[in-house]
Amino acid sequence: MSTRSVIVVLWLAAAVPLAAQSPTYGVGRPPTPEEIRGLGAAIAPDGAGLPEGSGTVAAGRELFAAQCSRCHGPNGEGNVGPILVGGQGTLASPKPLKTVGSYWPYATTLWDYINRAMPFDQPGLLKPPEVYAAVAYVLNLNGVIRADQVVDAKSLPKIVMPNRNGFIPDPRPKTPSRKAN
Amino acid sequence: MTEYKRSTRRDVLRVGAAATAGLLVPHGDALALDTPGKLGAPLGPYGERSPFEKAVRWRRDSKTPEAGSSFSPLQDSVGTLTPSSLHYERHHSGIPTIDPSQHRLVIHGMVDRPLSLSIEEIRRLPSVTRTLFLECGGNSGSEWAEKTGVDVQRSYGLLSGSEWTGIPLSLLLAEVGVRPGASWVIAEGADACRMERSIPLAKAMDNSLLAFGQNGEAIRPNQGYPLRLINPGWEGNTNVKWLHSLKVTNQAYMARDETAKYTELMPDGKAWMFTYEMDAKSVITFPSGGQVLPRRGLYELTGLAWSGRGRIERVEVTLDGGRSWVNAHLQEPRLPIALTRFRLPWRFDGREATIASRATDDTGYVQPTREALIAQRGTNSNYHFNGMKFWIVRADGTVTNVDA
Repeated sequence: MSTRSVIVVLWLAAAVPLAAQSPTYGVGRPPTPEEIRGLGAAIAPDGAGLPEGSGTVAAGRELFAAQCSRCHGPNGEGNVGPILVGGQGTLASPKPLKTVGSYWPYATTLWDYINRAMPFDQPGLLKPPEVYAAVAYVLNLNGVIRADQVVDAKSLPKIVMPNRNGFIPDPRPKTPSRKAN
Repeated sequence: MTEYKRSTRRDVLRVGAAATAGLLVPHGDALALDTPGKLGAPLGPYGERSPFEKAVRWRRDSKTPEAGSSFSPLQDSVGTLTPSSLHYERHHSGIPTIDPSQHRLVIHGMVDRPLSLSIEEIRRLPSVTRTLFLECGGNSGSEWAEKTGVDVQRSYGLLSGSEWTGIPLSLLLAEVGVRPGASWVIAEGADACRMERSIPLAKAMDNSLLAFGQNGEAIRPNQGYPLRLINPGWEGNTNVKWLHSLKVTNQAYMARDETAKYTELMPDGKAWMFTYEMDAKSVITFPSGGQVLPRRGLYELTGLAWSGRGRIERVEVTLDGGRSWVNAHLQEPRLPIALTRFRLPWRFDGREATIASRATDDTGYVQPTREALIAQRGTNSNYHFNGMKFWIVRADGTVTNVDA
């Protein structure tokens, strides 16, 4: 193949990649179930990816005292770790307090983040029912859910966070493609 | 402060005299300075910089050493690349040690043919090399405060320039066959917290890279070894290090780092989200805060300019606090989305001078003043500060920020 036809082929491949119907390079293999399990469970705001299990505020209170309070304080008031409660109504003030309750737009984000990143020194330690319980407790601390509410894959995405409508897409001008360098 | 300042001629003379006296010889007879006729050190397998060079990253105090950021010593920078060893860092749960023979990238989700790839397989694919800047979305966060950063490293140093080598992400997305309706790619790293970000599919198809090389060698562990997602021109946090998963989806996942963090709170209480592009910006690196001009006379004023939206077209410099501006000389080639070095010969006559630079990119965008940014966004938006930085060269040759 001449250099020119190689360039044309590469150009075409770059121009219509989504239309490619068959693999070009044949590298790799299908992921194994173990490999997929080894990845973090990414949770979508509609709840996609949430596992089975459930958690109560009461169970969460116990778990929080054992696993979370040493960094976040007994009542989420913050210490080595950030403050988790309060701040609602402060976002437009000169000293806004951004917490789960005042700022985070989706409850699913709390599940995703606790599951993948907490506790700080042992991320991945918590089992799904424990993550649900921790989420329930932190949401209850913020007055987002009642003390008797059970959090599971069905109820979590339906929880409306206080700052759900507090975000707007980047209003700055968009830039054209910069493929070449 | 002195550990960050650029060496002056006086320092060099002092070091030279000390070395001659044998006071600073670090490795016995490895030093050839002032010793013509004496053999130097033998050849070595991996290079070290001169023992006289002291530039280091500055690490901001953090409550946990595994999470935090370290800043590149821009005041000591020359040219347009940052040594990998001095590239800025921002880690959330430490730097993982990864054996590349055990590492795999899994591409899954809304694709026809989910793939698991080894690093060796990725490196067999057609690769590209691009020179790009990388800047943390929180760089210059110090400048929103009433008292601004005292030196260029601490205020603008979450910025580095590298040559990255890797595979266009679009190539592998074509290989797996993205299904109709897909619009996002969720990228996840293999660090302890499995850092994740949602990347619009349009960006992934446009110019994102799966990089395995940086500045002529494998990416260093601090920068994502063995595989890093590079999103040219976008805030550093989206350039996920230690990449091991790309999940193609039909929605953004609203990860913690794109909702609770890396969003900009405006004065009305609303926050901007998905603010990916880094706007045009520049800063004078010499003379800059903490440095000292040892005497009057000619100096080369220099700095860096960059834009996530394209090429730097112009850098203007003021020597009189913004009353008048002159064009600086721009080092060629000026690559889009890369650091551009600017220079201006300047004679320090012993009179106080208030200096700053402002960049214009090829979209016509002009770097704003700090005051203009604050007028638009208030002081609580934390991220994406790209305002001008003024330094004051005092009559005695010391250089400070404007708050000193």
